[in-house]
Amino acid sequence: MTWLSPSEIDALTLSLAVASRSVLWGLPPAVFMAWLLTRRRFLGHAALDALVHLPLVLPPVAVGYLLLLIFGTQGPVGGWLLRSLDIRLIFTRNGAALATAVMSFPLMVRAMRISLETIDRGLEDAARTLGAGPLDRFATVTLPLMLPGIIAGAITAFAAGLGEFGAVITFVANIPGETRTLPLALYTALQSPGGDAGAARLAIVSLSLGLGGLLLSEWFSRRVRRMLGR
Amino acid sequence: MLSVNVQKRRGVFSLDAQFELPTPGVLALFGRSGCGKSTLVELLAGLLDADSGRISLDGTVLLDKTLGTDIPAERRRIGCVFQDARLFPHLRVGANLRYGAHRSTGKPYVNFDAVIALLGLAPLLSRRCHQLSGGERQRVAIGRALLSQPRLLLLDEPLAALDSARRDEVLPYLEVLRDQLTIPMVYVSHQFDEVLRLATHLVLIDAGKTLAQGDIGAMSLRSELREIIGPEAVGSILEGEIQSIDGLSGLASVAIGSGILKVQSDGHAVGAKLRVQILARDVIVATREPEYLSVRNMLHGKVTAIARDTGEADLVSMDVGGAVIMARITHAATRDLGLAPGDAAWALIKAVSMRGRLFNPGA
Repeated sequence: MTWLSPSEIDALTLSLAVASRSVLWGLPPAVFMAWLLTRRRFLGHAALDALVHLPLVLPPVAVGYLLLLIFGTQGPVGGWLLRSLDIRLIFTRNGAALATAVMSFPLMVRAMRISLETIDRGLEDAARTLGAGPLDRFATVTLPLMLPGIIAGAITAFAAGLGEFGAVITFVANIPGETRTLPLALYTALQSPGGDAGAARLAIVSLSLGLGGLLLSEWFSRRVRRMLGR
Repeated sequence: MLSVNVQKRRGVFSLDAQFELPTPGVLALFGRSGCGKSTLVELLAGLLDADSGRISLDGTVLLDKTLGTDIPAERRRIGCVFQDARLFPHLRVGANLRYGAHRSTGKPYVNFDAVIALLGLAPLLSRRCHQLSGGERQRVAIGRALLSQPRLLLLDEPLAALDSARRDEVLPYLEVLRDQLTIPMVYVSHQFDEVLRLATHLVLIDAGKTLAQGDIGAMSLRSELREIIGPEAVGSILEGEIQSIDGLSGLASVAIGSGILKVQSDGHAVGAKLRVQILARDVIVATREPEYLSVRNMLHGKVTAIARDTGEADLVSMDVGGAVIMARITHAATRDLGLAPGDAAWALIKAVSMRGRLFNPGA
């Protein structure tokens, strides 16, 4: 990869690390949230649904600012994390992953809800009559049948996460090697004199990653659907 | 003994069912579409919460609303076979079959190989579910339910989604199940020919209520059944053993009551237990012993009742050596013959109009 400069390679690997971490963290709560919003009716359902989707409609900078308020060293959660677990989120790659996870969370939940809605509830009833309790049913019937949605959601979130800009730069700033991900490096290159060539290279990398992610997601879900005979 | 007494309201529909089945046996829940059979199935399986009532099976209380007992579906040990099979699409046939077996808590009474052999599943084991025909899917569903070692097998219209060729392919397996295993079954259907082939007991359901119930021979004579299946399908259902087979004609002599009924042997051997339905519309009544007729069965008996049937017809019930045979004849014929209860009469039945089906439950 001599084509990219060392700092550009840093930005690329950092982006990959941040995006995969954000997907890893976001996946379990997204599965739970998709299940909760699809299968349960409760007071505050609509409010929770709106809250989950908020990052889609809010300016990313606003999300980053909110994260700063909550997870900053003075914030209620951030302060506690720092004091009791010595975990610091702002200005770190973990913080970048958190901001990315929050931004791509609705994408994951949406993809999973769609696949959850197509599952025949009768299959879960059948599992029940065969002796499977609630968790057993979820793990052996619901979850495997949700797989197309989970994969599609994860890959889309990963691809989107590679490009998260506003929330990341607001929450964890633009520190080379720690929080300067691809889009941040691209932005920095554009701001610096003579950085046009670098910006072009980073744009090409971003483009190919995004495109590859979307194609991969489509290919995966088609494969799984064929396996399930749909 | 399966004993059921449950109530459930669902919007404007209300279900109130009471029935009992001596075990082992095959109970048919029979009624028109929309009469509440499926609701009843869900209540039995525990998939739907009853408003009130009690369900017990061989001494185990599955539901008792007054005591607050309600064993959840996953621990009721009631194996279900649904109309749409509900095989798990992400698992191969073999894994589907083992799904319930792995989770079964009861003492195993059928093993994997026996079920595979009984239902002819060996060639299907490594297939994916979407590669199966409708009939194969149902056989796998039956096997899967059996392998969970249930106390009761609940079959909810398992053949309703199949065409008639596929139905005929699956029905013999269900007969084998009935005759070779001692598991009690509840079979839900709106097709009387399925009930006729499988059930030992019959519960009639209409508009959410149990109308009548009893063993199938007695139920075949009830007017409540006539209302549902229509006059053309009415007939007495009798069971008996093949005494002898005429080597020349191939006709089997079946002991029915104290008399003998000649039916086509259909490849069955001496000693086989058969169930025969004699459709009322196929029976001719004579008040004197006729001669020079092709008919193979002339059974002497006594008229026990004459009821006005639909249209211009009467339904004449005759006691023939302890067995009751019904004849659907025109009102004009009743009048011309001067038939009245207590009269001696002959019931004439063509051997070709009947078909004996193997029926040997729990053997």
